Amino acid sequence: MNKKLLSGPYILWMIGFTIIPLALIVFYGLTDKSGAFTLANVLSISTPEHIKALWLSLGLSFVSTIICLVLAYPLAMILRNRNVGSGSFIVFIFILPMWMNFLLRTLAWQTLLEKAGVINGILGMLHLPKQNLINTPGAIVLGMVYNFLPFMVLPIYNVLCKIDDNTINAARDLGANFFQTLLWVWFPLSVPGIISGITMVFVPALTTFVISNLLGGSKILLIGNVIEQEFTKGSNWNMGSGLSLVLMIFILISMALIAKYDKNGEGSGF
Amino acid sequence: MKNSKWNLRRIWQDFYLVIIMIFLYAPIATMVVLSFNSSKSRTQWGGFTLRWYTEMFASRNIMDALQNTLLIAFLSALIAVIIGTAASIAINSMKPVPRTILMGITNIPMLNADIVTGISLMLAFIAFGISLGFQTVLIAHITFNIPYVILSVMPKLKQTSRFTYEAALDLGASPLRAFFKVVFPDILPGVLSGFLLAFTMSLDDFIITHFTRGAGINTLSTLIYSEVRRGIKPSMYALSTVIFATVLILLIISNFAPHKKAEQ
Repeated sequence: MNKKLLSGPYILWMIGFTIIPLALIVFYGLTDKSGAFTLANVLSISTPEHIKALWLSLGLSFVSTIICLVLAYPLAMILRNRNVGSGSFIVFIFILPMWMNFLLRTLAWQTLLEKAGVINGILGMLHLPKQNLINTPGAIVLGMVYNFLPFMVLPIYNVLCKIDDNTINAARDLGANFFQTLLWVWFPLSVPGIISGITMVFVPALTTFVISNLLGGSKILLIGNVIEQEFTKGSNWNMGSGLSLVLMIFILISMALIAKYDKNGEGSGF
Repeated sequence: MKNSKWNLRRIWQDFYLVIIMIFLYAPIATMVVLSFNSSKSRTQWGGFTLRWYTEMFASRNIMDALQNTLLIAFLSALIAVIIGTAASIAINSMKPVPRTILMGITNIPMLNADIVTGISLMLAFIAFGISLGFQTVLIAHITFNIPYVILSVMPKLKQTSRFTYEAALDLGASPLRAFFKVVFPDILPGVLSGFLLAFTMSLDDFIITHFTRGAGINTLSTLIYSEVRRGIKPSMYALSTVIFATVLILLIISNFAPHKKAEQ
């Protein structure tokens, strides 16, 4: 069958621009500038400044993921229950920001949070003291939650839509109250969506350098900032690649989680 | 009694939806308002103006970046659609094992962190001796767009019957003619939504462009990034408003046009 030949350009493209590039990161990460094998780049994650950046990234992205989950689950439940009939436009409204330019969304928060920004302006008008909002870890968490919330809503919503109303009604008929239904029916059936949402929020939050740069100022460094600077300013590609390898461990863990809990791709957004 | 309890719950739910909606849209609305504000201050309304829009359209940098962005989005979506649709047809006719392998590879750019994809492509371009510029951004965008095309086309392809295609062949149509007359009309909605998805993704990308663009070329995203770090100018708000409106229109077309057709 010549049909299979049609995948030729695609396979060549993916080898050239996905597989080889990833192999190059592994190569650079495991060699020094002269090309000799070394683990120093990967192990440099344990230097105080790098480990501090990694812990801060893990901490902030963990907090952001939890906040996103807590905000998104009730939202997805409400949207699912409304979906009959008029629903799809309401859902569209809550998913829409996902497609908005990422930089613009962050720029918007910068405008609001700045020292001379909108929120401080409103506080000033109310004769309240100005707050130091920008360049704090809280501002970064806010930026992450704002940017990635739709990524949590969409997969959970998709999974909840597949739950049969009769399952819920059966639980209620058998005497389960709202919280029992939530705990024993809704949650177990929505695990694929929750896992999918968690990874879709956690991975970009963990690896971001844009949000921390625009909302965290230059003093708060996340691991993404460290890597970005190695490539754009420090020109130490080996070190940058080594640190990327460390990041890829976390990405692989989340891919494995998705593969385990979301076998049929139920929670994926597309 | 039960009715009032139900009403109360409904009110709480509406309240929650409104709160989240405000959280999502208030920042964007603020930028839209500020783009028409003649005062440069972010807290004072100095009257309505279109000055920032004229300033934006007069700016050489912004217009160059806009042109690059649209050109890259269009070309990358188009090429991704061609490569991706061909690949989908091939993958669809494959045995389970090679199909699983190829779909696994397809998922890599989607699941990988953008920063890693960006860095890896940059390293590859330098290793291949391709100088960073327009062409590398284009290649990078095609790379992350192909999976979206495949994921849009595959479901449609699974719904088509292979017998109609074979019938066309039996009746003497060449494979190419049979494809365009029989299969293509069936998968067209998937191809179109794949194109729009790819176009929007390309428009939206910053991180991968940031690493693969080299020094000479800007897209809107990279331009905004470098401008914002120097301090926000009101023309950036005008630009944001224009981009927001464009994405909104594109998404409404891609979300609601095919559904309407299906309902009829």
